[in-house]
Amino acid sequence: MAVRTEPFVLNMGPVHPSTHGVFRMRATLDGEVVIDIEPVFGYLHRGIEKLAEQRTYTGITPLTDRLDYISSMSNNLAYCLAVEKLAGIKVPERAEYIRVIMAELQRIAALLIAVGAFLNDCGAYFTPFLYMFRERERIVDLFEMVSGQRLTYNYMRAGGVSQDLPEEFMPALRKFMDMMPRFMDEYDRLLMQNEILIARAKGVGILTGEQAINCSVSGPVLRASGVNWDIRKADPYSIYDRFDFDIPTQATGDCYDRYRQRVEEMRQSLRIIRQAMEQLPSGPVRAELPQLIRPPTGEAYARIEAPKGELGFYLVSDNSIAPYRCHIRPPSLINLTALRDMVRGWKVADLIIIFGSIDITVGEIDR
Amino acid sequence: MKFERYGIGIAKGLTVTIRHLLRHPTVNQYPEQRLNISRRFRGNELVWNREKCTGCGTCAKTCPQGAIEIVTSTDMTENKYVVDKYQVDTGYCIQCGLCVEACPYEALYFSHAYECAKYRRGELVQGKEDMLDRPERKVSGYFYPDKAKELPEQTMLVEKVTEKR
Repeated sequence: MAVRTEPFVLNMGPVHPSTHGVFRMRATLDGEVVIDIEPVFGYLHRGIEKLAEQRTYTGITPLTDRLDYISSMSNNLAYCLAVEKLAGIKVPERAEYIRVIMAELQRIAALLIAVGAFLNDCGAYFTPFLYMFRERERIVDLFEMVSGQRLTYNYMRAGGVSQDLPEEFMPALRKFMDMMPRFMDEYDRLLMQNEILIARAKGVGILTGEQAINCSVSGPVLRASGVNWDIRKADPYSIYDRFDFDIPTQATGDCYDRYRQRVEEMRQSLRIIRQAMEQLPSGPVRAELPQLIRPPTGEAYARIEAPKGELGFYLVSDNSIAPYRCHIRPPSLINLTALRDMVRGWKVADLIIIFGSIDITVGEIDR
Repeated sequence: MKFERYGIGIAKGLTVTIRHLLRHPTVNQYPEQRLNISRRFRGNELVWNREKCTGCGTCAKTCPQGAIEIVTSTDMTENKYVVDKYQVDTGYCIQCGLCVEACPYEALYFSHAYECAKYRRGELVQGKEDMLDRPERKVSGYFYPDKAKELPEQTMLVEKVTEKR
């Protein structure tokens, strides 16, 4: 006689070490196999979009730091591009280069966390995570030098960056650039060929290119599925059309590919920084602007390739000192919609690493 | 999943870990060993120069959190504003630095001090006297490059040898 079973609903989170923050998944299980999954979010909702409607255009920049708190510089950049588009501000040449250097350093720092946390979820308990934190520390040191803080940088402003680079910045950056490729090789030696990792991650949680496009997934998750789409190349913003770099893609779109993809992207970021360092001109770093920016009535959408995917800011102005509406298109939230397709039919232990391989930040999902 | 030679990848990884046993430590023992913080440090306390301040209130208008409170009155004999009350609630402050950036008379700085934890919320409110620019208070170089030059250089992990012992 067959044993009668019924699906079991398991709540993972809101406080769970694998959910990278306060995030809850309601998983329906058949034995140990995941049948369905429903993300429940809102635990970290701070109403940033609404708060932005009451603040001046300059005063919103510190709010954007708190969206995706491990890549604050990218958020600042996306927001400032939106304001510049709205108000028609021209950014000085030097500021553009500084922005590119900062955004790419931030990409490396954020991807290091993404890779480290993914390996942590796979069960490589904190060893690779701390190796990667060591390098992130070096980047954060550089950011602390230019902006004065280690997490919420608030460095970019509409019309440039807040201050010029200190004179001791470039030697330190050069030293970092010499070091970094060596560390990348070390990560490869450490885990890239590790049999346990390959057995855990290869072929798990496959997201096909078609599915990824249908879910409007972006960033490394999309490119790991074999779709060559990077906003830096497809719709160049800032001065990205001046640099020579490749868009790496992977073939299958499983967890291992997403891990490989992130490591490849870090190498490309290093290439961009090296070129930007050579071409860095001198001059002013900030356009002359009044204290309170009053953009003409209208709307603007600016998007960038953030470490996690397409980050967009949509601003509507009614010719006052605060935006009428500020909408944020966060990559983490949209990438999360592909989760259900990926996890169906896999076991609970695989659910953890598939979720880890998407790389989300809850601050950005809930806003 | 089948592997041709099982264990090669793991052995390679372990050599990296073993090499890490034989290198200098990256971390510092904090209360005993102290690193120099950034010359542009933003944090905790504000320093206010009473002589330079004209009471225009730009800092209070720029503050996105509304943490700065300034009350002024007019001194008719000298024809200028007198700052009666100047108060910052550092509990609300998010250390964005916009007030320092906005001050047109260079009267507001960040302090270069850290470890400013307090026991009660009320103690976080900085009054006029707490904020005064005293010679023993080190001032951060955020937006003041000439002040940054006087401060000790930031300790960078990039400069530190951690690779070989």
